[in-house]
Amino acid sequence: MTLEKLIFYVLAAVVLAAAVMVVTRRNPVHSALFLILAFFASSGIWLLAEAEFLAIVLVLVYVGAVMVLFLFVLMMLDIDIAVLRAGFIKLLPLGIVMAIAMAAELILIVGPDNFGLEKYAAPARHAADYSNTEELGSVLYTVYMYPFEIAAVILLVAIIAAIGLTMRRRTDTKFIDPSKQVVIKKGDDRIRMVSMDAEKG
Amino acid sequence: MEFLISLWEALPYELQYLIWTMIKIVAIVLPMMLLVAYYTYAERKIIGYMQVRVGPNRVGPKGWLQPIADALKLMFKEIIIPANANKLLFLMAPAITLGPALAAWAVFPFDEKLVLADINAGLLYILALTSVGVYGVIIGGWASNSKYAFLGTMRSAAQIVAYEIAMGFALVGVLVAAGSLNLGEIIRAQEGGLFSWFWLPLLPLFAVYVISGVAETNRAPFDVAEGESEIVAGFHVEYSGMAFAVYFLAEYANMILISALTAVMFFGGWLSPFQGWPVLGPLFDWVPGFFWLVIKTGFFMFLFLWLRATFPRYRYDQIMRLGWKVFIPITIVWIAVVGLAVVYQVPWWFD
Repeated sequence: MTLEKLIFYVLAAVVLAAAVMVVTRRNPVHSALFLILAFFASSGIWLLAEAEFLAIVLVLVYVGAVMVLFLFVLMMLDIDIAVLRAGFIKLLPLGIVMAIAMAAELILIVGPDNFGLEKYAAPARHAADYSNTEELGSVLYTVYMYPFEIAAVILLVAIIAAIGLTMRRRTDTKFIDPSKQVVIKKGDDRIRMVSMDAEKG
Repeated sequence: MEFLISLWEALPYELQYLIWTMIKIVAIVLPMMLLVAYYTYAERKIIGYMQVRVGPNRVGPKGWLQPIADALKLMFKEIIIPANANKLLFLMAPAITLGPALAAWAVFPFDEKLVLADINAGLLYILALTSVGVYGVIIGGWASNSKYAFLGTMRSAAQIVAYEIAMGFALVGVLVAAGSLNLGEIIRAQEGGLFSWFWLPLLPLFAVYVISGVAETNRAPFDVAEGESEIVAGFHVEYSGMAFAVYFLAEYANMILISALTAVMFFGGWLSPFQGWPVLGPLFDWVPGFFWLVIKTGFFMFLFLWLRATFPRYRYDQIMRLGWKVFIPITIVWIAVVGLAVVYQVPWWFD
């Protein structure tokens, strides 16, 4: 077994183990942390496949941003595990059947019958100065220009919709408009002089 | 000695490579730790002088041994783990903060040839690692099982996510201008003296990057995550002894990293400021590039301390406003400007 194969199997084992932990942990924060581990390991597998751009972007976007927000919400929610786990044993057989069915489908489709070395030759190994990022960019912005732009617009619409749904103006906040705060002048704007009688007694 | 050499040559190539890389990593990390120790000393001294005090002056001549004494003290202190805290995560969190801060140096070019891993995606690698560092704060604050720590964590997470976007966009501008993700290439794209470095054509991005860097490292005036006056010490309120020291190390290592990256992205890294100038250029040719890098990094490290001694803490809503409503629009506009400048090869920098 070559070193690369060994690394692959170690990383693959970590991904699977972490994925199992994600669905079996009692504490949702632990589940999220195991999901992060799974992301890291799959990023390592992508690195092995010479897709360094995708590998690093996986860490940058999913680990660095998406999971931070996930954890943010999970830590603040008071999740009642008992309710969530109530149907676990009852639904377990169904879950196992589903898992086996999906694994079988995956093996059938991605297996050696369709993607064997006879069907596709092993990809050539690139030199160390080969830039995966540049290749990806040049294809993305030329051949796949429209799909790329359309995907971007869909994401933008989703962002605007999400903000539109959650934005509420509260009337009772003591928020000060920063621009008003900045243009304030010395003297009358800052203080108001009042004359009042000295307290008696 | 000959026996040692023959023993070395008997090792397989992979193992030799591994050992050699390990030695290089130690050669980077050890001076870094020493620098962090003396950075804390410099901080106390410089802020002391700015506030017309003397600063630490008891341990060793002029207080020179103060950081060593501090480190010893922290090592012998008990690490207190709060009741109901998640022990494993509680102890793991400081290491998670420190790890990325040190690992980022792997792609950092100290000189023309002096870089541990000269990879093409260097900038992406650094962005990815700096974005992972936030987990130390989040996990540490959560695992402490303390309300103050948790408040600090929430503040820090929101702040870091906000400023990371501005920081990333500022670096997108740099990579558009340089046309490469490799840090060495980015420096080489700035060749030609003080005024061809990227700080001038990318001035707004430079300002955004430095300020976001201060916010990313949770330093004053953006240190609401610690906020001694409101939430005691924020996310590391429950930490003591070495566990606290590792957080401390990570904060200073991150400050050094941001300073060094600013020097590389906007101030030409190892390049001489007089490169290609009539008289001064040849006069300073003999100066090694590493020296220039140290001077530039040192300036930004000083800036961190200067800011801390000068500004009062930001209000939380102002921090969020600055990040989302001011910095991100500025960076987006300037990325478009730089893109146009590169396409139309605007003279002086992009022709």
